[in-house]
Amino acid sequence: MKQDIILAGVGGQGILSIATVIGSAALEQGLHLKQAEVHGMSQRGGDVQSNLRLSSDPIYSDLIPRGAADLIVSLEPLEALRYIPYLAPEGWIITNTVPFENIPDYPPMDQVMGALNKLPRVIAIDVDAIAKEVGSPRSANMVLLGATASVLGILDPDKLRDGIRRIFGRKGEEIVEANIKAFDAGFASARKK
Amino acid sequence: MADKQLLLGDEAVALGALHAGLSGVYAYPGTPSTEITEYIQGHPLTRERHIHDHWTTNEKTAMEGALGMSYAGKRSLVCMKHVGMNVCADPLMGSAMTGANGGLVVAACDDPSMHSSQNEQDSRFWGTFGMMPVFEPSNQQEAYEMTRAAFDYSEKRTIPVIMRLTTRMAHSRAVVTPTGDIRPQNELHYPEYPKRWVTLPVNARVRNRELIKDYAQFEEDAATSKFNWIADGPDHSMGVIACGIAYNYLMENYPDGCPYPVLKVSQYPFPRKLALKLAAMVPTILVLEEGQPLVENMLRGVFPSNTKIIGRIDETVVRDGELSPDDVRKALGLPALPTFAPSQVLAPRPPALCMGCGHRDFYTALNNVLKKDYPTARVFSDIGCYTLGYMAPFHAINTCVEMGASFTMAQGAAYSGTWPAVGVLGDSTFTHSGMTGLLDAVNGNADVVLCISDNLTTAMTGGQDSAGTGRIEAICAGLGVDPAHIRTIVPLPKNYPDMEKVIREEIEYHGVSVIVCRRECIQTARRHAKK
Repeated sequence: MKQDIILAGVGGQGILSIATVIGSAALEQGLHLKQAEVHGMSQRGGDVQSNLRLSSDPIYSDLIPRGAADLIVSLEPLEALRYIPYLAPEGWIITNTVPFENIPDYPPMDQVMGALNKLPRVIAIDVDAIAKEVGSPRSANMVLLGATASVLGILDPDKLRDGIRRIFGRKGEEIVEANIKAFDAGFASARKK
Repeated sequence: MADKQLLLGDEAVALGALHAGLSGVYAYPGTPSTEITEYIQGHPLTRERHIHDHWTTNEKTAMEGALGMSYAGKRSLVCMKHVGMNVCADPLMGSAMTGANGGLVVAACDDPSMHSSQNEQDSRFWGTFGMMPVFEPSNQQEAYEMTRAAFDYSEKRTIPVIMRLTTRMAHSRAVVTPTGDIRPQNELHYPEYPKRWVTLPVNARVRNRELIKDYAQFEEDAATSKFNWIADGPDHSMGVIACGIAYNYLMENYPDGCPYPVLKVSQYPFPRKLALKLAAMVPTILVLEEGQPLVENMLRGVFPSNTKIIGRIDETVVRDGELSPDDVRKALGLPALPTFAPSQVLAPRPPALCMGCGHRDFYTALNNVLKKDYPTARVFSDIGCYTLGYMAPFHAINTCVEMGASFTMAQGAAYSGTWPAVGVLGDSTFTHSGMTGLLDAVNGNADVVLCISDNLTTAMTGGQDSAGTGRIEAICAGLGVDPAHIRTIVPLPKNYPDMEKVIREEIEYHGVSVIVCRRECIQTARRHAKK
C-alpha cells in the first residue's frame, strides 16, 4: 500500500509541522517514507509545498509524479488549487477555506471555491474557526491534520495522536493537549462532511 | 549503533561525517547546503569531541580552513551551495595539487531549476577540471554511507573528494539506518608527501604528472566501485545510464523493475569501461543525469559511433531544470498518468520580503529620494533577502549578479559616468565578499553611495551568524572610509525623513559614502523574543 500527499500553503503557515507529525507516525509504524521540503528563498511569503510519500514498499522518487497524489492537503484554498495537476482522479483535496491574501491579484473567492468544488472529492473546512472554537487558535494546522486523518488510510489516527505527543512533548502537556484537541475537532468535522 | 532516523539528505551527509571521525566542518550558509552544518552544530558528538563548527566568512576561507585541518592529519568537511564552489575555486583547485592528508570531503549542493539560486551550474565539472573524484548519492541512506566511504577514499588516495548533492537529495527526508561503528577522530599527523604542499613550480610540475596518473586510477576505482553497477533487463532495444538521483526517477516509472539494462553511476570519474560494457548489450543509450549533460556530452564525442546516445542535448529529456519522474516518464515514451488540467483560477505567489522587514523601509526611503530627485540613479544590488527589492512594489534595484558584485559594479558604473551610483548589500554579504570591493572604492576615491542593509544575521538561509555583527562601521573605518561619511540609520517608517536626509547628503558628497541601515531581521527577532 502507498499514499502520496502534497502538503501546500504559504511560507510561514506551518505545513512542515504537519509533515513532521505524519513523518514521525510513519516511522513508528515502520513505513517507508520520503518527504521533500522547501527551504531558502521560496519560504519568504511565497507558495510552498512538501511532497510526502508513505508506502509499505521502498520508494524511489522524492517527488510525486503528476496524477499520482492521493491527497492534496492545503492550509490555503488557492494553494490547494495550484497542485491539482498532481492529483489522482480518485484523489482527495482537504483544504482550509480561509484565504491568505498577500498578493494584489488574488482571484475572487467564489471562483476559487467554485473551481475546488468542481473536483470529485473535496473536504473544505474553516480550520481557523474550528481551532478557535476548541480554544486552540494556534493549532489550525493540527485541525487540518485531523481532517486529513479521516481519509488517510495508511496511518492509524492513534499513531498520529502519538506523533503529536512526541513532536510537541518538549513544549509541555498544555501545548500537547491543545494540539490533540485541535486534531480531534478536525477529524470530527471531516467525518460530518 | 543508533536506530533508524528520519533525515534530510543534508543531515545524512552530516551524520556520515560525524560517524567517520570528523574534526571540523567549514561552511558558509547557502541553499540547499545549510542543513549539513546546522545538523553538525546541533549534534551532541560535536560538543563531546570539540568538533570545529563555526560558520566561516565565505567559502574560500572555509575551504582553506578545512585544507589546513587535512594537512594536520584530521578529517574535515567543507559545505556550500554550487556557486560557493566558484568562490573557493582557488583553494579547491590547489587542494587537488596538495592532495589530502586527513580525509577531506567537499559537499557541493547544486540547485537545478534555481529554486534559490542565480544559475544551474553542475558541480561534477569541478571533478573533471581539478582531477578529483566525485561522489553523487541517489538516496539518503547512500548519502550517509557514501560520506563515510568518501573520507576513507580521500585518505586512501590522498585526494579531496567532492560530494555532489542536488536540491531534491539535500532537502528530502527519508529513513536512514546508521551502519558501522562511530570511528575515532584522527590524531595530529603530518603529510607523507611534504613537497606537494609547497606548490612552487618545481614541486607542482612533478605533482601534476602524479595527479594525471592518479586520475586514471580514480577511474579504475570507479569502474569497480560498489556504488556503480550494471543491472541487466529483458529488453535490449535500449540501455539507460542513470546518474545520482536520476536513477530514482527511472525506477519510479517501473514499479515491477526496469525492462532495459541500466548502468547506475554514483562515483566519478565516469567509468568508461562500464559504459562500453553497456554499449555491447544495446544499440541506443538514454542518459539520465540531474544537471548539465556532462556524461552525455562525453559519450557523444565528435566522430561517428555505433551507439546512439540520447538525452538532454537532443531534448529526449527536458534540456534544463531539475529532473522529475514526469520528465523521465516522457523520455521513456510512457503515457502521462490521467489527472486534472491546471486550474484557470490561479495567481502566482512569488516570494516577498516579510511584512515589517527593515529592507522594506530602507527601499521605501531610497525610492522616495531616487525616484523623485535623481532619476538617473542606478542601484547595484547583491545576493540576499534584499534582492527581493526587485519585486513589486519596490522595483528598487537594477542588478544582482553574485556575492559582493554590488559594491564593485557600482564603482565601474560610476567611473563610466553613472550618477548617482548606489550599491546595496547585506551585512553577511558585505563580510563575505564586499569588504575588498570597499577597499577598492576607497583607494580609487569612487563617487559612490554604498549601503549595507544590516539585519544582524544571514537571513535568507534561515538566520545563521553573520561574521561582522557589531563591527560593521569599525570595518568600514578600518578600510579607510572617512568616518564623517559612515552614516548609520534605523529603518522604520517613523524615520523616513531622517533616512532620506542622510541618503540625500551622501549622494551629494562626491566620494565614498557608506550608509549602514540597521535593524534586526524580524524572523530572528521573533525567535529571540520567544526565548
